[in-house]
Amino acid sequence: MSFRKQAPAIQNAVDFDLKLPAIQQFALDNNIPVYSIHGGTQDVIMIEFVFFAGNWYEEKNIIAAITNALLKNGTKTKNALAINEHFEFYGAYLNTHTYSETATVTLHTLNKNLEYLLPVLAELFTDCIFPEEELKTYIKNAKQRLEVNLKKCDFVANRLIDEYIYGHNHPYGKYSTIADFDAIEKNDLQDFYKANYTNGKCMIFVAGKLPTNINNLLNKYFGNLPFNYNKELQKNYLPVCNKTKKHSIINDTDGVQNAIRIARSFPNKIHPDYNNAQILNTILGGFFGSRLMKNIREDKGYTYGIHSFIQNHFHQTAWMISTEAGKDVCNATIEEVYKEMKLLCNEPISNDELFLVKNYLMGNLLSNQSGPFQVIAKWKSLILNNLKEDFYYNSIHTIKTTNAKDLQEIANKYLNPADFYELTVL
Amino acid sequence: MIHFNKHTLHNGLKIIVHEDNSTPMAVVNIMYNVGARDEDPQKTGFAHLFEHLMFGGSINIPEYDEPLQKAGGDNNAYTTNDLTNYYCVLPAQNIETAFWLESDRMLSLAFNKKSLNVQRKVVCEEFKEHYINKPYGDIWHNMRNLAFDVHPYKWMTIGKELSHIENATIEDVKAFFFKHYRPNNAIVVVAGNVQSNQIFQLVEKWFGNIPSSENSIKNIPKEPQQNNAKFLELQANVPLDAIIKTWHIDARLTKGYYAADLITEIFGGGASSRLYNSLVKNKKLFSSINCYHFGSIDPGLLTIEGKLIKGIKMQEAENAIEEELEKLKSTLIENNELQKVKNRTESMITFEDISVESRANSLAMYELLGDAAWMNTELEKYQEITIHDIQQYAQTIFNTKNSSTIHYYSKNN
Repeated sequence: MSFRKQAPAIQNAVDFDLKLPAIQQFALDNNIPVYSIHGGTQDVIMIEFVFFAGNWYEEKNIIAAITNALLKNGTKTKNALAINEHFEFYGAYLNTHTYSETATVTLHTLNKNLEYLLPVLAELFTDCIFPEEELKTYIKNAKQRLEVNLKKCDFVANRLIDEYIYGHNHPYGKYSTIADFDAIEKNDLQDFYKANYTNGKCMIFVAGKLPTNINNLLNKYFGNLPFNYNKELQKNYLPVCNKTKKHSIINDTDGVQNAIRIARSFPNKIHPDYNNAQILNTILGGFFGSRLMKNIREDKGYTYGIHSFIQNHFHQTAWMISTEAGKDVCNATIEEVYKEMKLLCNEPISNDELFLVKNYLMGNLLSNQSGPFQVIAKWKSLILNNLKEDFYYNSIHTIKTTNAKDLQEIANKYLNPADFYELTVL
Repeated sequence: MIHFNKHTLHNGLKIIVHEDNSTPMAVVNIMYNVGARDEDPQKTGFAHLFEHLMFGGSINIPEYDEPLQKAGGDNNAYTTNDLTNYYCVLPAQNIETAFWLESDRMLSLAFNKKSLNVQRKVVCEEFKEHYINKPYGDIWHNMRNLAFDVHPYKWMTIGKELSHIENATIEDVKAFFFKHYRPNNAIVVVAGNVQSNQIFQLVEKWFGNIPSSENSIKNIPKEPQQNNAKFLELQANVPLDAIIKTWHIDARLTKGYYAADLITEIFGGGASSRLYNSLVKNKKLFSSINCYHFGSIDPGLLTIEGKLIKGIKMQEAENAIEEELEKLKSTLIENNELQKVKNRTESMITFEDISVESRANSLAMYELLGDAAWMNTELEKYQEITIHDIQQYAQTIFNTKNSSTIHYYSKNN
């Protein structure tokens, strides 16, 4: 027999003893915590400021996102062009993002240029003025972008499915309209900025080949800013789910594919079912070898890709299946999704499949902590969710020890087709 | 400085090993010197369809993905107009699994009819998802077809039309495979927690006896110099008018390429770039505007593409672009501005090299261009460009006769 017929021996990744590299922690003079990971092969550094300035804390729709987007558009001493030229001259990337609870300002730079950048970065947290002209241009362009996006079935589907699950008044379920943009005023931004950036609660995450004086540098430029780490963040929202489970929208009569979203609510990361649900999700639609991919793409060719995932929210979340499929095979695709859910409920997963998924997941975990930027991302997720290191080790323990019976129980608890919202957007 | 060791097998397969013991993983990256530019104009989209078929089982191994996933690994692939690249990432201890899988599919595919049937459908859905069912999704289909008369950059990697993919036969698949997927047309890069000597031995074991093909000299038609401005007007069901303009630029290994790359940065790199500041922020003619190129190996295109603010006339928007081109042609740029785009380039290269996967991919790319060692001298080639080079090159390419323009109108306006 040819040596090619025989698979080479492997070490089972599931037996690996994974350790999350330790994180360094220190506090600036103003009590802002700094978490850092030193390592890597290139002379680069990432500094990320996480503010509790997501849309969870806004009084008016899209204020959080616009404030974040305009942080680089003018301070008391520099206009937008001067700010951008400064960072871009040094080849640095300064990116801003808004999420549900948090909003971030992230600097990536070559180490050698770090000191030129920090003072201007500090200015952005205290001195932004949100010039009227900049706001006007931003809103005009954002409205045009929105118009283009609203032509896309996947964009429309992503908005609507969240609305069904959380309700339009919940931060996870609301979305922007042209009217929301028209209602924004400069004062809204200034107030939100002052409360949630200048005097807001923030944390700093640093990774890369860190200079030895990194703590002193951060303290020098950010330790005297008026951040308030102990700020009370009280605000609660309860989801209001849509009463109707099935929705079908025609967004574009010329469309040739439907966006399909099938989703149900799910507790969150700290729920005891979370780790097993993640493993079951991997089997259902979480990787290229998942059942949905194998059946609906690799066997039937209905779609370019089909995925399932548990959303990454702090408070409450959703378990979702997402795909784009040809108009003529849309119903057949949905039917197959439910068939796969029922199969997971009715039949135990074979040893072979479970062995594969366990090794795949462990290999993935190993791969996802092989550089400082990846390690800090793991830690950031733990810290922002108020979780300790043992959460990481528990998830590994679950991968190593879970069995077909436990997973079938989870399937019966969460994968009942009747519990799912179903949406198609043409 | 990226260190590596290089070796060539008797069958022509090139091996490059890059050791990095800071990761527990290993990457096996195989680049085949075949892309959409190698396709028959009547059978376009084939190189990309073929990439899908590479996962449909090989001569001795019915399933590609499962053994790799069992070994804790993951993989993916991409096709461009120039090349096709496959990579797996797995725990370094299990690297032989990757060699077993990759060498078997280089030896021969299973040529499974079911796989061809299914992947034809999958690629048709991919075509619809990205190019039909998206606003402005057909813009590059039209622009490539307009800008190129004979060079196969005339079509996109996904193919000219759905029917080319739908009509692909198993005979086409076999012929394509034995012509292009041979060891003498491939580069294997192994990177990560590995030792060169051990890797060279393993590669000899798994790939050493795969027969090579007769020398496959590429016979790609050369695009003649363009002597007349090209123009196309389109109407579509999109919310905003758009304009896209391209100019032919020089091939990847010429000095002109580096000048062109820096010009795209001057025009379109970041929020301090010229087009964004002049046309979006100051004159408020566009809601977005970009300048880019695809890094093609053969002479490619430099592109400016923007969406107009509602109510702005196409001609006014186009004139404003032309004014920026004129400015670059008539006035030397400041040293500071050139330094900025060089600094950005340095930064981009350094950040690209962070992940071991990306380093493996770059080594393969430079070896395909001629020598993996060029990865370490690439930045110098940018440093050599002067403000005069920028001006001269702008004068060379930004000539109306060398341009292709599409006015893309919204039906609703």
